[in-house]
Amino acid sequence: MSLQALPDVGVDSQREVAVRVDGVSKVFGQGRSAILALHQVSLELNRGEFVCLVGASGSGKSTLLNLLAGLEQPSAGHIDSGGTRCALLFQDGALFPWLTAAGNVELALRLRGLARTERRRRALELLRLVRLDGFAQRRPHELSGGMRQRVALARALAQEADILLMDEPFGALDAITRDLLHDELETIWRERSLTVLFVTHNPREAVRLGDRVVVFTSRPGSVAAEIRVTLNRPRRTDSALVANVAAEISDRLRSEVRAHGLSHPTESLVSRGPRG
Amino acid sequence: MDRELAGLDALELASPPPRSRAVRVWSAVWPALGGALIALAAWQLVVLSGWRPDYLLPGPKVVFSRLLIDAGQPAFHEAVAITLQRALAGYGLAVAGGGLIGAVVARNRPLRRACGSLITGVQSMPSIAWFPLAILLFGLNETAIIFVVLLGAAPAVANGLITGIDNIPPVLLRCGRVMGARSIWLYRHVVLPASLPAFLGGLKQGWAFAWRSLMAGELLVVLGNRPSLGARLQFAREFSDAAGLLAAMVVILIIGMLVDGLFGLVEREVRSRWGLTGE
Repeated sequence: MSLQALPDVGVDSQREVAVRVDGVSKVFGQGRSAILALHQVSLELNRGEFVCLVGASGSGKSTLLNLLAGLEQPSAGHIDSGGTRCALLFQDGALFPWLTAAGNVELALRLRGLARTERRRRALELLRLVRLDGFAQRRPHELSGGMRQRVALARALAQEADILLMDEPFGALDAITRDLLHDELETIWRERSLTVLFVTHNPREAVRLGDRVVVFTSRPGSVAAEIRVTLNRPRRTDSALVANVAAEISDRLRSEVRAHGLSHPTESLVSRGPRG
Repeated sequence: MDRELAGLDALELASPPPRSRAVRVWSAVWPALGGALIALAAWQLVVLSGWRPDYLLPGPKVVFSRLLIDAGQPAFHEAVAITLQRALAGYGLAVAGGGLIGAVVARNRPLRRACGSLITGVQSMPSIAWFPLAILLFGLNETAIIFVVLLGAAPAVANGLITGIDNIPPVLLRCGRVMGARSIWLYRHVVLPASLPAFLGGLKQGWAFAWRSLMAGELLVVLGNRPSLGARLQFAREFSDAAGLLAAMVVILIIGMLVDGLFGLVEREVRSRWGLTGE
């Protein structure tokens, strides 16, 4: 069998921990209308590890990424990042439409204080890495969805962050494009020894990519299970082995959704937490 | 994998529409020309109907030959130059002031509550209503005119920028912050470029307000030794010089249309760069 349950503490104690999330909770709003988005989430990311986060709607996945990226502060608990910096990749890429592909990458470099000629050189280098050096002068709306995500990936890499956070980056893409981008992301991850936290609602995608899959409960979000994926790489999304592991995660998610149908029949319809 | 990616890229990219700049300019110009012809024909028809005698309402032919004569006179050049100087000065101040106010107010919630409706209120106030006060404060001089042009245009400019900033997709702001852009840098690299298309709308509207306020002002505040298009209107009426009056009005109309066309060109360029054209 290719999967095993993990104890709460990371098993790879010999590996360096990149970021440690310790008992983090996040509340939105105040008083009676307050919504608990995350409840006592503890999580470790090891350097060079590819971790996927799976959860149904309302599991606070995006909230956790925002906390890690420093866009919001936790209500309780703390995040020990040891000064690591995070780059965040959004679902729709969030490229700046007024800048060309190269301009988008160059802006990330500029905000890090690189000189102009150095920016030019590095931006082209990164676009070559995602095989888009021939499209450097195109604007985002002149590119396909998959190409935009590759530019966004190049821009995230330009930030030279220690951790790459990805928020359902391929959710809006067709299956063929997604498969190719999985291959590409895996290659870049391996070549550059990146640390990746990849959020998705798709169990197969999680098993396709992750060393470890963290399953989140919904509303409030908390860690329900951690599953170590030891299948050989590269994996195929449509292989039976990946499907087997994914099926267990799906069952876990569905029982999670069912539980909400029973316990808070009205609340789950009325109160909508923040997205993710 | 490389070849698959390259193949997919080639398949997914539609070839860009092969329309040249000349074709685009022409397609923008001919409806304007057609509209002008229709207006001239209507004017000629009213004249031919004999509704008013020729010396009160001359036809296009008389007015345009008068315009040709006027256009050769230094006094006319001076009038156009002074009017344009005032327009540029007042509008320039309005863009600077309105832009600054818009930028500060848009991202500051308490200030927004305090000033938001006030700005809209001042914008909807007819600028000619400011003139009595302006004349009391500054006297019958250039400053009074510039002051009212400024007040006429600045709220529209400020509101344009506020609308633009309001409509920025939040994900772009988050993205800018994750990339390390803070305060001034976030404004310079994300907020201002992201709001530019809507801001241009405000700038265009601001120009329309400025031009109107200026004409009202030049009619009210006629200064000796300072010829202007407004003053020419006023003198032409006093001397019952209908052809001269209409010639000045045509110039006012043409200047307004030229500037509007210029804004249209810039707007189109920005919208196509930003990918906002519905293709």
